[in-house]
Amino acid sequence: MEFTQAAGPNPLDAGRVVTKPIDRIDGPLKVSGRAPYAYEYHQDFPNAAYGFVLGSSVPKGRIASLDTKAAEAMPGVLLVLTHANTPKMSDEGEHNAPQLQGAEIKQYEQAVAFVVAETFEQARAAARAVKVTYTEAKGAYDLAAVQDKGEPVKSAPDSTVGDFDKAFSAAPVTVDVTYTTPDQSHAMMEPHASVAKWDGDKLTVYTANQMIHWAHDGIAGTLGIPKTKVRVQSAYVGGGFGSKLFIYSDPILAAVAAQKLGRPVKVALTRPQIFNHTNHRPATIQRIRLGAGPDGRITAMGHDTVSGNQEGGEVENAADQTKLLYAGENRLIRTRLSELDLPKGGAMRAPGEAVGLLALECAMDELAEKTGVDPVELRIRNDIQYDPEKGPSRSFSSRHLVECLRTGAERFGWSKRAAKPGTVRDGQWLVGMGVASGFRGNLVMPSGARVKLDREGVVTVETQMTDIGTGSYTILGQVAAEMMGLPIEKVRVKLGDSDFPLSSGSGGSWGANSASAGVFAACEALRDAVAQKAGFNTKDVTFADGNVASGGRSRSLAEVAGPDGVTVEAKAEFGDLTKKFAQASFAGHFCEVGVDAHTGEIRVRRMLSVCSAGRIINPKTSRNQCLGGMTMGIGAALMEEQVVDERFGGFINHDLAEYVVPVHADIPDLDVVFLDETDDKSSWIKAKGVGELGICGVGAAVANAVYNATGIRIRDYPLTLDKLLPRLPTA
Amino acid sequence: MPVSFTVNGQATSLTLDPRVTLLDALREHMALTGSKKGCDHGQCGACTVMVNGQRINSCLTLAVMHEGDEVTTIEGLGSPENLHPMQAAFVKHDGFQCGYCTPGQICSSVAVLKEIEAGIPSHVTADLDQVAFSDAEVRERMSGNICRCAAYPNIVAAIRDVHDHA
Repeated sequence: MEFTQAAGPNPLDAGRVVTKPIDRIDGPLKVSGRAPYAYEYHQDFPNAAYGFVLGSSVPKGRIASLDTKAAEAMPGVLLVLTHANTPKMSDEGEHNAPQLQGAEIKQYEQAVAFVVAETFEQARAAARAVKVTYTEAKGAYDLAAVQDKGEPVKSAPDSTVGDFDKAFSAAPVTVDVTYTTPDQSHAMMEPHASVAKWDGDKLTVYTANQMIHWAHDGIAGTLGIPKTKVRVQSAYVGGGFGSKLFIYSDPILAAVAAQKLGRPVKVALTRPQIFNHTNHRPATIQRIRLGAGPDGRITAMGHDTVSGNQEGGEVENAADQTKLLYAGENRLIRTRLSELDLPKGGAMRAPGEAVGLLALECAMDELAEKTGVDPVELRIRNDIQYDPEKGPSRSFSSRHLVECLRTGAERFGWSKRAAKPGTVRDGQWLVGMGVASGFRGNLVMPSGARVKLDREGVVTVETQMTDIGTGSYTILGQVAAEMMGLPIEKVRVKLGDSDFPLSSGSGGSWGANSASAGVFAACEALRDAVAQKAGFNTKDVTFADGNVASGGRSRSLAEVAGPDGVTVEAKAEFGDLTKKFAQASFAGHFCEVGVDAHTGEIRVRRMLSVCSAGRIINPKTSRNQCLGGMTMGIGAALMEEQVVDERFGGFINHDLAEYVVPVHADIPDLDVVFLDETDDKSSWIKAKGVGELGICGVGAAVANAVYNATGIRIRDYPLTLDKLLPRLPTA
Repeated sequence: MPVSFTVNGQATSLTLDPRVTLLDALREHMALTGSKKGCDHGQCGACTVMVNGQRINSCLTLAVMHEGDEVTTIEGLGSPENLHPMQAAFVKHDGFQCGYCTPGQICSSVAVLKEIEAGIPSHVTADLDQVAFSDAEVRERMSGNICRCAAYPNIVAAIRDVHDHA
């Protein structure tokens, strides 16, 4: 079923189950500790041996010598895999992750050995007994040092409109500032983990992953076996934020070892390994140039960003939102990628916007101050209802940024903000307010589902879609319940299994809208099949209260299903509406901070996000997604930073005590408001992404509030107190 | 080494490698996987259980040190069909997303209410003789339990709800 034109009225519009704040249907399992995560399937994998990954202690070079004899002789050790005894793997597929293929080292903590033993303790001890020496090669680890070597990338073409240089130099008011954002880590709570077993030539892997079909491709492709011989499962995922879009050493080495040993093998990465062995959000250096009239209307919009990655790695697309967020007839937006030998960079929650808005939305604050226009008003003045690069022919599918900002300003009490920074005091606290726009492009992905109606009148949904905390179980259940005229209690949802129909997976905020569209399509097919089986040869049927009815006749779904039930499968595919229309979610973020006048400690006192993201399928789970994004945005603004240690070519603060993330005491009650809207060009669901919207812009609202409180503008994230302290006014 | 303790009311005897943490004894030797391993360093709180009524990070203590102790894990608090009031409040207030830190958050929450009731002060207690429930007390005492999904406001709401209806 292809989505090619704006959605008309459909059964979801009834809003009987969809749009209701229903408790998570997986809640009782999770709060009672019964929801099993990848490492926890004791019953399905009896007698599993324990693997332990040994990572490289150098970032670049070659293994000079590798001695496993002592390790192999240790108690309980069953196998030590190294590049000397690991089968050849393929690196040809996009999602492949070959391991132990040679002596070359490309990354700190790259797997150099895999020790398998009867117990975890034995494997860990033996891994320490593997003796490895290296020949180190010189690498590049400092982005600032290679920023001028950045190359253009195909995924982020330059945007050149009008004559930027001329307009910028002619503008009455200009801002020319450079912001830097550090490397950041997903730091999801569940470490990457996998367990693998073979039944003859068939491999089963339970792994912590967001994208079942990518993991399926990657595992089968790396090992060189047909996908039909591999089953991947990931029913419960302990957070991802992008880290689990990809596979790393754990499923591959578990599979190889399990085959060699003829018994299941399980492995979890240790917390310290994760920070360097897996990927992270790359640091950026961003120069923003804004040229405007005295009224704040932008005439020249310039954004140059550079990030680093290993050869073949992706760029951090930090200027992406700048192409669409504000007006400006003359535009120059350029994205560059430099080569670095740090651990591989990758997608983390709202790749691009999350750090791009940290820079752009502070630069807007600087423009507001220079023009004397209120920061909320400045953003409203520069609102644009179409793609500023393509022109009026490409309008937004829906865009309510102005309403977000106005609603937020009113609700937050923005009018009480003192325009002059450093003038509001509450005891020891300097108090300030900040605002930022939120923007996240709306992505859609093909997504399929199978739905079964059984003789009890229960509908079961099966799809590869994952629930990484996002609420997929619940919202897909709501969509099916709404479509079939059932209460949520009569719907079962099964996720995260490669035996189910291929889905969008969880990434890029595309999951809720795309996977729901897949379930919608499958339920449309089920409605047709049930109506036909019930003997209603018409489209004019209604599904309500567990019955299907037409022309005054009504039959229960259970009865129509009969002993055999009814099973159908369908797939949602998307035409060119995301090309014809610019599509995005929007937000207005408001923050109040207190800055300790003596110590520079920053405390977030209040925060509000007003969000516009199409239909909100479940306000309870959606609000929670926003809380999470807002909190991660506070983390980005105030504390999160992977510190590069150039001696070792990796991140030195590689645990949860030193990579600091927000805890309970950092986060006050946060306020979230959703505008009541639908976007009929996103899908039949009329919803857009919400999982990343919260993080997009929030950190800039924090930084702008800090400026308003203190008069100190810090352009180097995170805003730690050591950067504030020397410049604080004497108290 | 042999060790005997009680877990969720059931007497248990195990023979364990002395390096086995209490967390791994529960997870790997007793298949009680509700207690989670988030960091194995005492930095995240996902492994929080109660030992003799006090919450501890079960990854920071060796199993063989617990001879004769009474251990309560998330599984001992309630089951999906018969949730503990704190577990039910977490569902009602959506005090979690991915669920991985949740057992630790809930074990900590139950213990925090008891600590406040017992008059044990915290860093934010202004008057050490007047320990009373407040959101600030909860946030301070819960700060050893990281939730990267950041359901923090909802977790505080759940704890407040249980406190108000106790």
